[in-house]
Amino acid sequence: METVLAVLVGVLVAASVYLMLARNVLRFLFGLVLLSNAANLTIFAAGRLTEAAPPLVPEGLPGPPEMVANALPQALILTAIVIGFGLLAFALVLVYRGYQSLGTLESDAMRYAEPVADTQPAPATKPEGGAP
Amino acid sequence: MDSLSAHSEPKTKAEAANTSAQGSAEGSAPVWLAALLPAALTVGLSFALPTVAQGDTIRIAYDWVPSLGVSLSFLVDGLSLTFALLIAGIGTVILLYSGSYLAGHPRLGRFTFYLLSFMVSMLGLVLADNLITLFVFWELTTITSYLLIGFDHASAKARRSALQALLLTGAGGLALLAGLILLGLTAGSFELSAIIAQGDAVRAHELYLPILVLVLIGAFTKSAQVPFHFWLPNAMAAPTPVSAYLHSATMVKAGIYLLARMHPVLSGTDAWIWSLTLFGAVTAVWASILALRQTDLKLALAYTTVMALGTLTMFLGAEATVAVAAAVTFLIVHSLYKAALFLVIGNIDHATGTREVGQLRGLARFMPVTAIAAAAAALSMAGFPPFLGFIGKELKYEGALAIASEPLLVAGAAVLANALMVAVAGIVALRPFYGGEPATPRRPHEAPLRQWIGPAVLAALGLTFGIAPSLIADSLVQPAVSAILGRPETVKLALWHGVNLPLLLSLFTFALGLLIYAGHLRIRRRLAALGERLPLTGDTAWDRLLDGVKALAAIQTDLLQSGVLRRYLFTIFVSFALLVGASLVITGALRPPTAWPELMVKHWVVVALIVAGACMTTVAYSRLAAVCALGVVGVGVALLFVMFGAPDVAITQLLVETLVVVLVAVAMLRLPSLRPDSARPNRRRDATLAVAVGVVVSATLLAVTEAPFDRSITTYFEQTSVPEAFGRNIVNVILVDFRALDTFGEVAVVAVAAIAAFALIRGAARGGRP
Amino acid sequence: MKSLILSAATRLLVALMLLFSVYMLLRGHNDPGGGFIGGLIAGIGFALYAMAHGTEAARRALRLDPGVIAMLGLGIALLAGLWSALVGDAPFTGQWWFIGAEEGDKGLPLSTVLLFDIGVYLVVVGAVLTLVLTLEEEV
Repeated sequence: METVLAVLVGVLVAASVYLMLARNVLRFLFGLVLLSNAANLTIFAAGRLTEAAPPLVPEGLPGPPEMVANALPQALILTAIVIGFGLLAFALVLVYRGYQSLGTLESDAMRYAEPVADTQPAPATKPEGGAP
Repeated sequence: MDSLSAHSEPKTKAEAANTSAQGSAEGSAPVWLAALLPAALTVGLSFALPTVAQGDTIRIAYDWVPSLGVSLSFLVDGLSLTFALLIAGIGTVILLYSGSYLAGHPRLGRFTFYLLSFMVSMLGLVLADNLITLFVFWELTTITSYLLIGFDHASAKARRSALQALLLTGAGGLALLAGLILLGLTAGSFELSAIIAQGDAVRAHELYLPILVLVLIGAFTKSAQVPFHFWLPNAMAAPTPVSAYLHSATMVKAGIYLLARMHPVLSGTDAWIWSLTLFGAVTAVWASILALRQTDLKLALAYTTVMALGTLTMFLGAEATVAVAAAVTFLIVHSLYKAALFLVIGNIDHATGTREVGQLRGLARFMPVTAIAAAAAALSMAGFPPFLGFIGKELKYEGALAIASEPLLVAGAAVLANALMVAVAGIVALRPFYGGEPATPRRPHEAPLRQWIGPAVLAALGLTFGIAPSLIADSLVQPAVSAILGRPETVKLALWHGVNLPLLLSLFTFALGLLIYAGHLRIRRRLAALGERLPLTGDTAWDRLLDGVKALAAIQTDLLQSGVLRRYLFTIFVSFALLVGASLVITGALRPPTAWPELMVKHWVVVALIVAGACMTTVAYSRLAAVCALGVVGVGVALLFVMFGAPDVAITQLLVETLVVVLVAVAMLRLPSLRPDSARPNRRRDATLAVAVGVVVSATLLAVTEAPFDRSITTYFEQTSVPEAFGRNIVNVILVDFRALDTFGEVAVVAVAAIAAFALIRGAARGGRP
Repeated sequence: MKSLILSAATRLLVALMLLFSVYMLLRGHNDPGGGFIGGLIAGIGFALYAMAHGTEAARRALRLDPGVIAMLGLGIALLAGLWSALVGDAPFTGQWWFIGAEEGDKGLPLSTVLLFDIGVYLVVVGAVLTLVLTLEEEV
C-alpha cells in the first residue's frame, strides 16, 4: 500500500505545483491545501501503513496486545492538520486583504512594493474593494 | 515626509546640544580615571617580569566550549609579556593624552570606551593561549579599530577608511580562522603551548602550505604589508591618539605578534623564509619611499610605520638568534618613538591648526618641551647613539649579515630603509621646530601638561634604555627571543660593539640619510610627478574591487529578484526537482518497488477519489467547483486515515475540512471569479515541471518506504503509555504528555495565526491602507 | 442568511455539539478524541450558530472575545506545563492525582495533562472563532 500511497502523493504534489505556478493567488491557495494534504500523507506513509487496529490500549492491559497502527506519525499529522488550517486561514485572509487593497488577484500585478512599469501589465485600476 | 523631518529636526538638535553640554560638563575627569586601568595593568603585568626573566611562563585556563576544545586560556611568556607591557603602558599614556586632546568633545566618553575596549581586546589577543580565543580577540581588535577609525562619523573619508580597514583586515581574519582551524586539527590541539612543541610535525604535514598561506594572509593584512598596505595611511583619518595607539604601537603589530607566535611552529621552511623576507623587504623600501613623498606630517609617519612593519616581518623570516633579537628590540624601539612622535604631531596640529610641512617652522620657541621630546624621539628613530634606536639599528645590521640565505638583500633593504628613516625623522620631527617664523593658521602655543608628559616619557624611555640596555635585555628581549625561537637563548644588548661592519653600515646610513634629507624637496617633487603617472595604486584598485562587487551584486539581484512570485516558485521547484532527483540517482536510492501489494476495491475507490479531486481542482474554472474538489480530496484523505487505523487523525481531518470549506466559501463572497489561466503559453511548461516534481517526490517516498524501518520510538510509547502516563489512547498521550512541549508550541502558532489574521482584517477596517 | 428552519434547528444542534465536544475532550485520553478534536467541534458549533443567528448573537453567546479565549487557553496550557517545574520535575511532566482511589478502583483521575488538554481545547476554539467571526463580519 505504501507504493500506491507514494504515487498518490506524487499526483497531489504535481497538482499543487501546477496550481501554485498559476497567476491567480486563489489557485495558489488551493495548491497550498493540496500540498499540506500531500505532506500529511507523506508522514503517514513514512511511518508505514498497517491495516490494523487503531493505537488504543484495551482497558486493563499494560500495552496493546497485538500489532496496532503506528501512533507516532498520527500524533505528528494531527498537529500538522491543525497548523495547516491556521496557515491556510491566514493565507486566505492575506489574499482577501490583498484583493481589497490592490484590486487584483493576479500575483504578477501585485507590485505595490516593487513597482515595475515595463515588464508586466501594471494594475492601472483603482482598488475597488476597500473603497466604500 | 516633510512633516516628519520638521518634527524630528529640533529634537535631534536639542539632543545634540544636550549631549554636548553633558560632555563638557563631564569634562575630562572620567578619562583621567580611565587611565588608571591601563596603569594598574602595567603595574600588574610587571610583577610577572621576574618569573618570565627566568625563562618560566604563567598559564591560566578556564573551560569555555570544552566539547570543541576551545578554552579561555592565557599564557604569559617573554613574547606575550613584551607586547602586553607595550599595550598597557602606551595605553596609559594615550588615555591620559586623549582626555586633554579631545577635551570638551561631546562623544569623549564613547571614545574612551572604544579605546579601552580596544586595549582589552589587544591584551587578550597577545595573552591568549588558545587558537580560537586568539582569533576571537583578533576580530575584536578589528571591530574596535573600525569604531575608532570611523570615530568622526560625520566625515565621509573617515567612514570610508574605517570600512576599508574593516573589510580588509576582516577578510584576512577569515583566512586566519581557516588557517588556525587547520593548524589545530593538524597539531591535535588548539592550545598554543601544546602546538609549539609540535613544530616539526606541523612542518612535515601535507597541510603545512595551506596553513602557512592562510596565516600569512591574516598577518599581512593586519600588519599592512604590500600589497595590502594602503589601508593603514587611510586609517589616519582617526583622531591622532588613535593613530598613535592603533597604528603605531599596537593593532598593526598584531600581525607581527602572530608571525612571532607562529615562528616555532611554522618557520624554517623555504616558503616561510622567502615569503617573509620578500614581502617584508619590499614593504620596507616601498613604504619609506612613499613616506618621503608625503607633505602631511601624520601621513609621513604612517608610511614609516608601514616601513617598520615590513622590517619586522623581514627579520622574523630569519632563524638566526641575532636577527630575531633585532626584531624584538626594534619592536620596542619603534613603539616608543612612534607613539611619541604621533603625539607630538597631535600637539602641533592642536596648537597650530595644520600638519602641512610647508607651513611649519620655528615652533621650538613656542613649544619647547614638545620640541625636546620630538627631538629625542626622532634621534631614536634615526638611530643615533646613545638612543635605543641605535642599538636596534646595529642589531638589525648584525642580524641581516647573519641571515644565511640572503644577507645582501636583507642588509641592502635595511640600509636603504634606515637611510630614508633618517631623512623622514629630520623632516617630521626636526624641521618643523627650527628655522624662521611659522606661517600657521593659528599662533602656536605649548601643549598642556597632560599632552606633553606622554611623549616626553616615551622619548625619555628611548634614551634610558639606550644608555642602560640591560634594563630590557634580560627581562624582556631575551625571554621574547627565546619564546619566538622556541628554545632558550642568551641575548646581550650593548651600545658599543666596537668597530665592525654594522658600525660602518651605520655611518654609511647616516651619510646617505643626510644626503636624502638635503635633497628631499627635489626628490619629493620627482616622486609626486611619478605618482601622478602611476596607473594603479592599492587604493584605487580597492575602489575598483568594491565597485566590481557592487556591480556583481546588482547583476545577480536583477537576475534572481524579479519580484514575480511565479518566477521565484519556478526557480525553487526546478532546483528541488533537479537537486533531489540527481541525488536520488547518484546515491542509487532509486529502486523499482519490490512488489505491488494486493489492494481491495475500497482502497482503489478512495485513491481514485483523491486523484479525481486533485485533477478537478487544477482545471476548475468555477470557484465553487474548485472548493468542492478540494473537499473531495480532504474527505478521501480522511477515509485513508480511517482505513489504516488512525481515527483521531481522520476525525480531525474531517472537521478541519469542514472549516476550510466554510472559510473559503465566506471569503469567496467578496472575491472575483477565476479566469482561465491556460491561455498562457507557459502553462504547458508549468505542467511539465509539476509532473517532474511529482515524480521526484514519489520516487523519494518510495525509496523511504523501501528502506528498513525502525519502530523503536513507537514501541516505547506503546509500552509506557498506560503504566507511566495513565492513558489508553496512545496518540493523545503523545500529544498532551510525551510531546506536550511541542504541542504547546503548535497551539501557540495556531493562536498567533488567528490573531494575525484578525489584525489584518481589523487593521483595514480602521482605515489602515498598506 | 436568516432562515427560520435553520435558526430553530441550530439552537438544538449547537447545544448538542457543545456537549459532544466536551465529551470528546474528556474521553480523549483513553479513546479517540482530545483537545484538538473537541475544540474543532465546538468551533464548528459556534460557526454554525453565527451563520444562523448572525455574528453578534454568536459573540453574545460566547460572552468572551474569541481572542481572549485563545489566550486564556494558551495560559492554561502553559500553567499545566510549568506546574511540574514548580514541584521539581522537568517542565511538561504530567502530574496525577487519583481522588478517592481504593483497592481495585483508581478513583477519579485528575491531572495536569487534562488541564493541558483543556488549554488546547480553548486555544482551538478561540482561534477558529477568531478567524470565522472576523471573516464573516468583514464580508
